[in-house]
Amino acid sequence: MSRRITARRTLIVTLAAWTVGFLIFFPILWTVLISFKSEGDAIKAPFAMLMSDWTFASYEQVQTRSNYSRHFMNSVVISLGSTLVALAIAIPAAWAMAFVPGKRTKDVLMWMLSTKMMPAVGVLIPLYLLFRDLGLLDTRTGLVIVLTLINLPIVIWMLYTYFKEIPGEILEAARMDGATLRSEILYILTPMAVPGIASTLLLNVILAWNEAFWTLQLTTSRAAPLTQFIASYSSPEGLFYAKLSAASTMAIAPILILGWFSQKQLVRGLTFGAVK
Amino acid sequence: MATQHSKTAARLMISPAVILLFLWMIVPLSMTLYFSFLRYNLLMPGMESFTGWDNYYYFLTDPAFAAALTNTLLLVGGVLLITIVGGTALALLLDQPMWGQGIVRILVIAPFFIMPTVSALVWKNMFMNPVNGMFAHIARALGMQPFDFLAHAPLASIIGIVAWQWLPFATLILLTALQSLDREQMEAAEMDGASPVARFVYITLPHLTRAITVVVLIQTIFLLGVFAEILVTTNGGPGTASTNITYLVYAQSLLNYDVGGGSAGGIVAVILANIVAIFLMRMIGKNLDA
Amino acid sequence: MTYSFRALMGACAVAAISTAAAAETITVATVNNGDMIRMQGLMAEFNARHPDIQVEWVTLEENVLRQKVTTDIATKGGQFDVLTIGTYEVPIWGKQGWLVSLNDLPPDYDADDILPAIRNGLTVDGELYAAPFYGESSMIMYRTDLMEKAGLTMPDAPSWAFVKEAAAKMTDKDAEVYGICLRGKAGWGENMAFLSAMANSYGTSWFDMDWKPQFDSEGWKAALTDYLDMMTNYGPPGASNNGFNENLALFQQGKCGMWIDATVAASFVTNPHDSTVADKVGFALAPDTGKGKRSNWLWAWNLAIPAGSQKVDAARTFVAWATSKDYAELVASKEGWANVPPGTRTSLYENPEYQKVPFAKMTLDSINAADPTNPAVDPVPYVGIQFVAIPEFQGIGTAVGQQFSAALAGSMTAEAALEAAQAFTTREMTRAGYIK
Repeated sequence: MSRRITARRTLIVTLAAWTVGFLIFFPILWTVLISFKSEGDAIKAPFAMLMSDWTFASYEQVQTRSNYSRHFMNSVVISLGSTLVALAIAIPAAWAMAFVPGKRTKDVLMWMLSTKMMPAVGVLIPLYLLFRDLGLLDTRTGLVIVLTLINLPIVIWMLYTYFKEIPGEILEAARMDGATLRSEILYILTPMAVPGIASTLLLNVILAWNEAFWTLQLTTSRAAPLTQFIASYSSPEGLFYAKLSAASTMAIAPILILGWFSQKQLVRGLTFGAVK
Repeated sequence: MATQHSKTAARLMISPAVILLFLWMIVPLSMTLYFSFLRYNLLMPGMESFTGWDNYYYFLTDPAFAAALTNTLLLVGGVLLITIVGGTALALLLDQPMWGQGIVRILVIAPFFIMPTVSALVWKNMFMNPVNGMFAHIARALGMQPFDFLAHAPLASIIGIVAWQWLPFATLILLTALQSLDREQMEAAEMDGASPVARFVYITLPHLTRAITVVVLIQTIFLLGVFAEILVTTNGGPGTASTNITYLVYAQSLLNYDVGGGSAGGIVAVILANIVAIFLMRMIGKNLDA
Repeated sequence: MTYSFRALMGACAVAAISTAAAAETITVATVNNGDMIRMQGLMAEFNARHPDIQVEWVTLEENVLRQKVTTDIATKGGQFDVLTIGTYEVPIWGKQGWLVSLNDLPPDYDADDILPAIRNGLTVDGELYAAPFYGESSMIMYRTDLMEKAGLTMPDAPSWAFVKEAAAKMTDKDAEVYGICLRGKAGWGENMAFLSAMANSYGTSWFDMDWKPQFDSEGWKAALTDYLDMMTNYGPPGASNNGFNENLALFQQGKCGMWIDATVAASFVTNPHDSTVADKVGFALAPDTGKGKRSNWLWAWNLAIPAGSQKVDAARTFVAWATSKDYAELVASKEGWANVPPGTRTSLYENPEYQKVPFAKMTLDSINAADPTNPAVDPVPYVGIQFVAIPEFQGIGTAVGQQFSAALAGSMTAEAALEAAQAFTTREMTRAGYIK
């Protein structure tokens, strides 16, 4: 009898969870569906829209109008590049904070996080002038620098909380065996921290991919990522739902797929030290 | 335990990050500070002149400022409330045994991967549009007048959109925390006849405190800067009904091209953000002590 | 993942890379309006004629475009070689020396052919600083079938009273037909473009000769009250978020009885491919109140070359091509005369082929009825009908537009909105030193 209760309970939980999951996912699904409709059908009532003919027309139009591949490549280079640079700077810093904490460590960490609260719009003009003088406008390098700095605090914090979970005794034991600092980091810490680093990397790629202020302001064409691709479909003259949906689908699909495939890794390290 | 040698090494290792972030903060900030005392309109170059506290005076006495301050707090508070309550509920649900848990998790996590601009565009056009949006179609099918979300409940609509984006994040962190809960303790409480509510209040909730703290901290950092969603959906309106501080600074510096006023606004925003930061650290910083 | 996407767009990318070799590349910033997108589709023709010039398009939504382009030119960022800018920017930027003079375009360009009303707006101290790509005024577009059903006949030059009456009679909310669609979305180029022009026809203006804002005048009160009255009773839901694009979509779906907006919309609403009401559209001049000014504006999207460009010659070649008579003929040969960019050249309106286009005459009449140097009934110290050509206007116009949009949404009264507009404008004009 108790098994039957459990089965019924599981059924109810399953139904509830699937319903909620479907509702949360629905806007994305709907966008994808609309992208395969003609402009005229896209604004019809939901049922009539679903029943209308399917077409690739919007994708074809977006293809001919925009250089999707370039925007895509720019997004890849910028988000991955900024993440890797941020990791290179953050791993040593987080290591030091986690294993050789000083009196000020926590203050430094909080100060780092507070730099993220600076409103980007307030410093756009200064930064634009700076970028102009350094020849960094519309370059991937420029965006990699900015996004690295923007996400660095989060990266350091995530790694710090992850490193802190690693028992210090292991490092001490290694040190006893005569391991140098370098080899300690390279051969002991890093392998143990791989899940944390992977998760940090994924989160940061997502954040960088979706960053929509600096990427739009500091680029024009050569370095323009997908955020700008979207800006050319956002409200043109006339009917635009289908084309907007197609462009949106193309902009979010890569990161959505990456996110789904790697969600296990992402979740594993996404605790920010919240799990004890 | 830490030797002098390792302390020096640690300092060396931490310094690139600190120096870079310090530069990133101080260079634009000092330029902004300098501009904030100038009468400087981007469209009138060569007319810059020192103007004292004028820009601050105009920014702070702008009727939009008070509205923006309230809206910012409402936006941050509203989204935090929805995501934490909703996230906890969702985490509790997902923590139960069920069929197809992996797929449900994939569905729930999805909004987190969506660009803010895209999600705002999708919600605005495909759902909230009072003529062609899905909600309008549904309302008409039920024989009701479509509700014009962005005109009559602009801030609430934006809170909804932003909450949709951040719900997965809160859910994931809370779910991970939930999974580390001591099952034996739970079972023991059940044996003792503790009600599900009591179990939740006395065992689950305390266990989640740290996770909630983390969610509050991270989300606040991002929510203070919400901008794209407002720009895309309402442009801060109608009136100033959905203008937050970030958007006000944007309007000042990039719609009016008033760099002086915008810079003053930027400095004010930095000060406010730091007040929030100190407040946050005080309130929850101790929670994070490992 | 990468592979599937490569497959999706592979051919396209390869083509782009292989043609880009050894040519000068100019970057053209433009707005994502239909005529510009059509031009992008015709680039093969341009390249056939000028194989040494490659064009890199940066197509953006209007607000994003304006903000990016302004930031860039004001800071001399030098990211663009050709800019698409409006009649509001040209005189201000020209005066700053930010734009390259286009006086020395080749003789066969025939600059004298440009409509005088448009050309005057683009000339500062005798220098032409931008070439018009398309020009527009505003007019009434209405549904002939619904007008007939309502038992009314639209005069060629109606009054606001008639428009109001017609809106009431055409409205059938159960059938989702709204008598009148007007701009409500906040922005100096959105609802304020319409309302400023409307205020002119009610005998008032933005400022008097002493730069004193006029929102406390009877004219503004009457104009705003009538506007709110019409929109609340006969307008579509969600009007406070409707700009040009939203209204166009509504009209194309047959949900508007009348729509007063840019003349360029005529080619969209009569295009059977996009519009469900293409064969049922009539045109009339924008309404008035008998005070001597109609409520139509004047605007042009123009191509200009920023002074910082390193590729002025190539840019000039492109601008001349895109705004030439030949370009009009090219579009006509590919897509028909109705799709030619309108409102820039006298010769176009003298062309018998073009005169067959249903909205050609009304567009020209509307443009000719607009006088930006003398926009209001009483004399004013500024140039511009639906804008005021001073740098501060964008900010003021947008803030005032927000108040009026809030009034339309019902969150404040007309009086409160006008009061707030008056206070804000006075404050900003004092700050900027206009009001002594």
